[in-house]
Amino acid sequence: MIAAATTDAFLERAPVLLRDAVTGFLPEPWRTLVNALIAVGLILGIFGTLFAFITLAERKILGRVQNRPGPNRAPIPFINKRFFGLSQPFADGVKSLTKEDIVPRDADKVLHYLAPVALLAFSILTFAVIPYGRNLVPVELDAAVLYFFAAGAATELAVFMAGWASRNKYSLLAAMRALAQLISYELPLLLSWVPVVLIAGTLSTTAIVDAQAGWKFGFIPHWHVFTPWGFAGFVIFMVAALAESNRSPFDTPEAESELIAGHLTEYSGFKYALFFMAEYFGMLALSGMAITLFLGGWRSPLPFLEFIPSYLWFGGKLLALIFGFIWIRATFPRLRIDQLTRFAWKFLVPLALINLGNTIVWSLMSNSSALMQLARWPVCAAIILVPFVVLGRKLSAGVAPRIYRYA
Amino acid sequence: MNAVLIVIALVTLGAAAVAMTLRNLIHSALLLIASWAGVAAFYLWAGAEFVAFAEILVYVGAVSMVVLFAVLLTRRSRADLTVTPDSAGRAISGFIAGGAVCGVLVGAIVATPMGVGSSPTPTVTVKQIGVQLMGTHAASLLIVGVLLTVALLGAIVIASADRTDDSEDTP
Amino acid sequence: MLGSGLIQGLAVTAKNLVGSFHDPARYTNVEYPEVKTKLPEAYRNFPFLVTESASDPMGTLRCVACQICEKECPPQCIYIEKSKDKKPDATGKMQLFPAVFDIDTSVCMSCQICVEVCPFDAIKMDQVFEVATTSRFEALLLNRNQLAKPNTYYHSIHPTEAAEVDGRLAAERKAAEEKAKAAAAAKAAAAAAPKSATAAASATPPSTTPTPKPPAAPSAEAPKPPTPAA
Repeated sequence: MIAAATTDAFLERAPVLLRDAVTGFLPEPWRTLVNALIAVGLILGIFGTLFAFITLAERKILGRVQNRPGPNRAPIPFINKRFFGLSQPFADGVKSLTKEDIVPRDADKVLHYLAPVALLAFSILTFAVIPYGRNLVPVELDAAVLYFFAAGAATELAVFMAGWASRNKYSLLAAMRALAQLISYELPLLLSWVPVVLIAGTLSTTAIVDAQAGWKFGFIPHWHVFTPWGFAGFVIFMVAALAESNRSPFDTPEAESELIAGHLTEYSGFKYALFFMAEYFGMLALSGMAITLFLGGWRSPLPFLEFIPSYLWFGGKLLALIFGFIWIRATFPRLRIDQLTRFAWKFLVPLALINLGNTIVWSLMSNSSALMQLARWPVCAAIILVPFVVLGRKLSAGVAPRIYRYA
Repeated sequence: MNAVLIVIALVTLGAAAVAMTLRNLIHSALLLIASWAGVAAFYLWAGAEFVAFAEILVYVGAVSMVVLFAVLLTRRSRADLTVTPDSAGRAISGFIAGGAVCGVLVGAIVATPMGVGSSPTPTVTVKQIGVQLMGTHAASLLIVGVLLTVALLGAIVIASADRTDDSEDTP
Repeated sequence: MLGSGLIQGLAVTAKNLVGSFHDPARYTNVEYPEVKTKLPEAYRNFPFLVTESASDPMGTLRCVACQICEKECPPQCIYIEKSKDKKPDATGKMQLFPAVFDIDTSVCMSCQICVEVCPFDAIKMDQVFEVATTSRFEALLLNRNQLAKPNTYYHSIHPTEAAEVDGRLAAERKAAEEKAKAAAAAKAAAAAAPKSATAAASATPPSTTPTPKPPAAPSAEAPKPPTPAA
């Protein structure tokens, strides 16, 4: 079997072997501790760097979409070569570190300080349970998916703290708006992955990735996204993830052009950078979870591509999803807050609930005859498509292309 | 291991105690949330992962928002925070209600046989919990759900009562 | 169906993203301080003084210090002092030249009236736009050394207009030479035969009247609209 051969290919085991080579000589309680510290350091290092370069890639891609080059002038220090402005994130980092940190006089100093720290801490916590490769999951938990969303849900608290501690009524109002959005989209986000848990029969991320192993006819991977309910769940998950990570078109919490950055109005310097970092970490973590739940985790799409190590597959899928986020940001205008909540409650939540029922139908039909096996595809597709069309009609009723009579 | 338990207990109880004494309601609410997180940490210490994460997800994530929204929407002004009760009857009923809850809790704790010694920690998977919840305890789950819904509706009814005074809110 | 518009929008941005890498029509940027776009010929900003030669700018200024521009300038930003001596101008005639010619560019509004009124094609509109300086007063007051730019520069920024001006000046110079020649011939003839004074008188009117004015009319409006050839 190819799979058996690749399971213990050298490249697959390389990260773990390297770690064991470093910590192997340590006595037992220390070894576990150092291993954990290495995992934490690697996650912070890799995702920190990724965050830095995603900001650059985002600005460059947005620039290209708008027919301009994007930031390309920051030179590498001392050698004075530009390399397409690759050092831009570091220049940004230095800038935000050296900027003045202004705290409003009447602000609640402790909470004002604590809000970005809490937000960042919670978003880093979510990285712990994502399987990055075949043997690379920092913490094996039985209820890993639950843990992930529990840590993610706590970010709302930080948003509230930021808005309230600034002692600025606009900050507070914007924080309430942000909370309304986050709570609204928490529901479809949570409902969209329940089908996966239902089918995989487990809350452990490793087991969910294992449930997506293998290929149908040798080339269609058993990923959840390639089923009717899985595709619908993936789309709902990604839309809710867009809203949860405050990305355009759901970036009303910090709409730069209409609110002055919302609950971040009173933040400056590195605290502001921390908020941004947390936002990107949230985006990365949600993308990682989407990969784990729907896109087969670290598994390769085709059997003959298995020689590429699993962690590279994970990284590739992550970058593809991030590109999707950026692409969407480059395309869609911002939604109004009422449109946004209406979209969540009247469209996504019902659809996610229907998808849950759809999954039950799918799993019930899977145990029957071959004819039923075949029939469940159109049946389940219809179960989710018909409500989609009907709800979509209802949602967009009365919204016609605008006629600009005097323009 | 006991040191960890003591730290968790101190944080949980300390946060709860300070929350009761603070005059700033938002600070109290945030400390209450810290106390809930402490409870979750205790569950984690006890090996009940699922309950711990559910606690964080439900209490720290959702109920905290309800509490904070309630505080922000209902508080009228800073001077509104009266410590003295409106009437003696209200104080007495408050004490009776609190005492009843306390009595039930203490009674439950006393009545529970505390297994002292080293019983092996049961390994409970999420699947088993799910089967238990949806099978044997389905009725109690439904009853609790109905109770919470009724409580929520009651809260809405109370909150939507007409305001008598329209003093300006000073945030 | 809900979502079809979203996909159309995504297709548009994707087309733009890919096109910006290979389609020059979608990516028209230049790296500004290093690379500059060619300004349109009709673009004009701040006047400069035309000199015939780049090597000796002060010796070959076309300006004869007639002070018409100084008087006409609406914001009064030109200051001229006449010289005491004379030197030959573009047409070879002995003329005064400006000992001092200052333009305060902080006051100048690039109205081009100085160019319109100049009978000698000595002041023309420039195309400069990077006029930032480090001082508010001295650096914005340009003297004649800073204002003087060679005729070749004029050709490089406004080619059609400059060619037309050059042609006219050449014609003038030729006419002046012919006139001088005719005058010399007349003088010689007068010296030879006194009766030919009438012939000299009949030779002067065609040489003086048509030369300066009729070509000056198109020169006045040439800088404003781009010529069809441009």
